[in-house]
Amino acid sequence: MPSGDDELVKQHLGGPSDLSRLARAAESTSAPEAGPGAAPEAGPGAGTGAVVQARGLTKRFGDFTAVDSVDFDIQAGEAFGFLGPNGAGKTSTMRMIACLSPVSGGTLRVLGLDPVRDGSRIRSRIGLVPQDDTLDLELTVRDNLYLYGRYFGLPKKQLRERVDQLLEFARLTERADDRVDPLSGGMRRRLTIARALVSSPDLVILDEPTTGLDPQARHLLWDRLYRLKREGVTLVITTHYMDEAEQLCDRLVVMDAGRIAASGSPRELIEQWSTREVVELRFEAEGHETHGRTLADLAERVEVLPDRLLLYTDEGDATLDAVRSRGKSPIAALVRRSTLEDVFLHLTGRSLVD
Amino acid sequence: MPLALRAYQYSLLAYRRTWRGSLTTTFLYPVLYLAAIGVGLGHLIDHGSRQAVEGVPYIWFLAPGLLAGTAMQIGTNESTFPVMAGIKWLKTYFAMLATPLEVTDVLYGHLLWIVTRVALASGVFLAVMTAFHTVPSAWAAAAFPAAVLTGAAFAAPVMAFSATQETDQSFIMLFRFVVVPLFLFSGTFFPVTQLPGWLQVVARGTPLYQGVSLCRALVLGRLRGWDDLGHAGYLVLMLVAGVLAARVTYRRRLVQ
Repeated sequence: MPSGDDELVKQHLGGPSDLSRLARAAESTSAPEAGPGAAPEAGPGAGTGAVVQARGLTKRFGDFTAVDSVDFDIQAGEAFGFLGPNGAGKTSTMRMIACLSPVSGGTLRVLGLDPVRDGSRIRSRIGLVPQDDTLDLELTVRDNLYLYGRYFGLPKKQLRERVDQLLEFARLTERADDRVDPLSGGMRRRLTIARALVSSPDLVILDEPTTGLDPQARHLLWDRLYRLKREGVTLVITTHYMDEAEQLCDRLVVMDAGRIAASGSPRELIEQWSTREVVELRFEAEGHETHGRTLADLAERVEVLPDRLLLYTDEGDATLDAVRSRGKSPIAALVRRSTLEDVFLHLTGRSLVD
Repeated sequence: MPLALRAYQYSLLAYRRTWRGSLTTTFLYPVLYLAAIGVGLGHLIDHGSRQAVEGVPYIWFLAPGLLAGTAMQIGTNESTFPVMAGIKWLKTYFAMLATPLEVTDVLYGHLLWIVTRVALASGVFLAVMTAFHTVPSAWAAAAFPAAVLTGAAFAAPVMAFSATQETDQSFIMLFRFVVVPLFLFSGTFFPVTQLPGWLQVVARGTPLYQGVSLCRALVLGRLRGWDDLGHAGYLVLMLVAGVLAARVTYRRRLVQ
């Protein structure tokens, strides 16, 4: 390590925030400056405190437009979600924010910087939890964390302590010296999250963090993410699970086919795009379509699904009673509150999960 | 620390776990070839004469050929499967790209590691050659960078190629139809003058022939100015072209 870094190490002792300062110092002495001057470029909305700003953001792969001119702002310290089915453009958007994928059109500013010019600098201040982990299965848990920290240029001694802290955070201390290959999906995902935190980033991006995990693993993961939120880290999450979006996100955008269909907090979205409650009915004979027509006047809105009929109303129990008093006998009936799934259904006519 | 060196550290760390497995191919086999063919076969070839092959004992002729040949093999080997591992199997390249590292850092870091492997193997083999008393000239020390250049000249274009592949099937074709024929016919085991006229011309144009000739000239102290500069120049050109190609194919594959 060049002696300049040793000086920094002597001045700043331990602590996660100091580690990120050290990483940035390492960046400024070793990485070539991207453009004239070191001040962040004044892009749209500079000074509003938005951590991520997108205007007309577009991503094309040949003829196919994956992200079609979307606008959004992500504020510091919030948990922001991109909710939508597979193929909605969430991952493509996320990869542009993470400076992994070049922007095809529009403007994007991350931490006030332009990904085209300052990609490396932006990446030094964010953490990425990709959908496919990209862990080295042959190395140990500890090695994976340590190595990643070295990619960020973190000094060795501080890094070793940081790795121990992260192992604690991820509840992986007992498995620290095991190879990653035999670990369960939930453990690997916790490791990937811990890895993303090694440089104490201001912004953490998670792409479908709980896909493929069993319920217990999901809840443990959410717990870790809550902790992060409480520490003030900005989270950007893409997901197709509405419960995840509802639980974790302060605000979210609903994406479909590359466009943003709606945005707001989970509660705002439900209030705007759905009723308070939903009556789900399953009938045996005849199509749900037919039943839907005859019962339409009992609800504010009716949604016909292949296997169910949904009646949107503010008073579920009353509506269900009315259905029964019409002489209808559904095989199954339940009353539940509206969810983001209902919002998505209303906006696009399709369900979130195929 | 330059960013490429950060990528290099990955290979160092990974090697700490896998180095034992590489001992046989990197260090043992070349020595076995030297012993079996150089000594065993050489004894027959020399038949009492100490000038049997191009004026020297056979093992003196063979050793620098094996030096360059091994450099090529390691350089090529390390540029195929590990590159595919970085892209598809372990996705280590993608892990790196989510950090401040750029595509060029990933590429140069890996190339530097491959060159390190070639250097290790070449260094050990040269030491073995010296122990076998096949190193008559003081110029032989320069055979070390010549061997490393040979390995690097193969590594870069093969890395560029590997980044375009979806499966490792083409690697097997590469070994079967390029690596092995080159290894056998580039003046490694016998002078190319033994080949029929037209084939000689072809052989003299191939890359390993350059490395073999250069190493042999240095080890035996038989430098011929322009010829040897030509050999070195060819390899340097191949290395540079390979790196430029790799920059393109790596970017195309890793940034979408």
